[in-house]
Amino acid sequence: MGLNKCVKNAEEAIHDIQDGATIMLGGFGLCGIPENSITALVAKGVKNLTCISNNAGVDDFGIGLMLQTKQVKKMISSYVGENAEFERQLLSGELEVELIPQGTLATRCLMAGYGIPFFPTPAGVGTEVADGKDTVVRNGKTYLIEDAFDAEFAIVKAWKGDTYGNLIFKDTARNFNAPMAMAGKTTIAEVEHLVNIGELNPNEIHVPGIYVHRIFEGSNYEKRIEQLTVRN
Amino acid sequence: MGLNKNQIAQRIAKELQDGFYVNLGIGIPTLVANYIPHGIEVVLQSENGLLGMGPFPIAGHEDADLINAGKQTITTLPGSAFFDSAMSFGMIRAGKVHLTVLGAMEVAENGDIANWKVPGKMVKGMGGAMDLVASAKNIIVAMQHTDKAGNSKLLPACHLPITGLHCVKKVVTDLGVFEITKDGFLCTEHAPDVTIEEIKAKTAGKLTIAADCKIMEVA
Repeated sequence: MGLNKCVKNAEEAIHDIQDGATIMLGGFGLCGIPENSITALVAKGVKNLTCISNNAGVDDFGIGLMLQTKQVKKMISSYVGENAEFERQLLSGELEVELIPQGTLATRCLMAGYGIPFFPTPAGVGTEVADGKDTVVRNGKTYLIEDAFDAEFAIVKAWKGDTYGNLIFKDTARNFNAPMAMAGKTTIAEVEHLVNIGELNPNEIHVPGIYVHRIFEGSNYEKRIEQLTVRN
Repeated sequence: MGLNKNQIAQRIAKELQDGFYVNLGIGIPTLVANYIPHGIEVVLQSENGLLGMGPFPIAGHEDADLINAGKQTITTLPGSAFFDSAMSFGMIRAGKVHLTVLGAMEVAENGDIANWKVPGKMVKGMGGAMDLVASAKNIIVAMQHTDKAGNSKLLPACHLPITGLHCVKKVVTDLGVFEITKDGFLCTEHAPDVTIEEIKAKTAGKLTIAADCKIMEVA
């Protein structure tokens, strides 16, 4: 009803994601990944997915879970290969991978949310990333033309959200979650704490709810640490 | 015998200036944070979305939501700020970060760098390296002078796939300090027990020894 974006759970949030869909998934490494939605995608068993995500998880967590079940046809990422199954599928040709610079990845999300269809960036000039891309020269400097992403779904994880879809992230878990939330034709947000409208301070919203279409409170967050490092 | 990794980091730390915002890459560059000179204030940027990165947490105080670009648990310092990945690379692209220190597989005498891909080996990706080298005003490379087979990593031209063109300003290796000039590598300092002859023998790119080339000061 109205502007209430709430759905019951991850299963309902992803109910219309079909085989062959393109999905953005927020997070950096395992930090701030949409754990509940990934579990639901695995349970639903949708296949031939194109996943846009900075990384591809580890063998038994994150997007790695969707690789185990061979649901991913293509990964668009900046840094991958922290898991053996990923490497095996890549080398056997089962999995296609497009590697792009991290800032370009983030900006292609942001520009989708800003309504700017393409943008110039110096990242990748003179490298194989430039192959087949348009370039422009301004004031003697060369730039690649990169397109804003055009993804059917974006799935992000936030710390707090309200029923209108306003989102607040915690610490470095904001990472790709904020720009991806702005980029999906349908954006799904899972949050640790879902509150009623009026309970979040409007000054502290990181992504306004206009960008978010579905929201639910997740459960049983593992929040796994990839590289536990402590002081001596 | 040249410098060890900590000594390379220690030498690079002398390049830090009061008020600098600094991005340190993974590997030797990370160690630079251990040698920030007393009496100056610098802010470390982690490109996954933090300015003001502090040391690793005390055991039991780690937080899964607070990591660096190497995915290690970290802490924040007073005055720190969080932001998203798009803004992070925005500030990098806009030249707000004063100094970037990163590792490399090869550096060419014209400042080209290769550090992301070895054909035939598993390719993990460039991460933020291409964005950093394309925009940073001041890039210092920290690396071993030669590879494990003894081949020079300071070359006339990079053999490996390029990360960025004409971007490196200075290279600090286990053997010495090398500025990138229009005439190639200029050796301005050499490690305490390394001879100029050894540096010449192990540098494939065009090399000039500065007239006032001095011994590196490291502990």
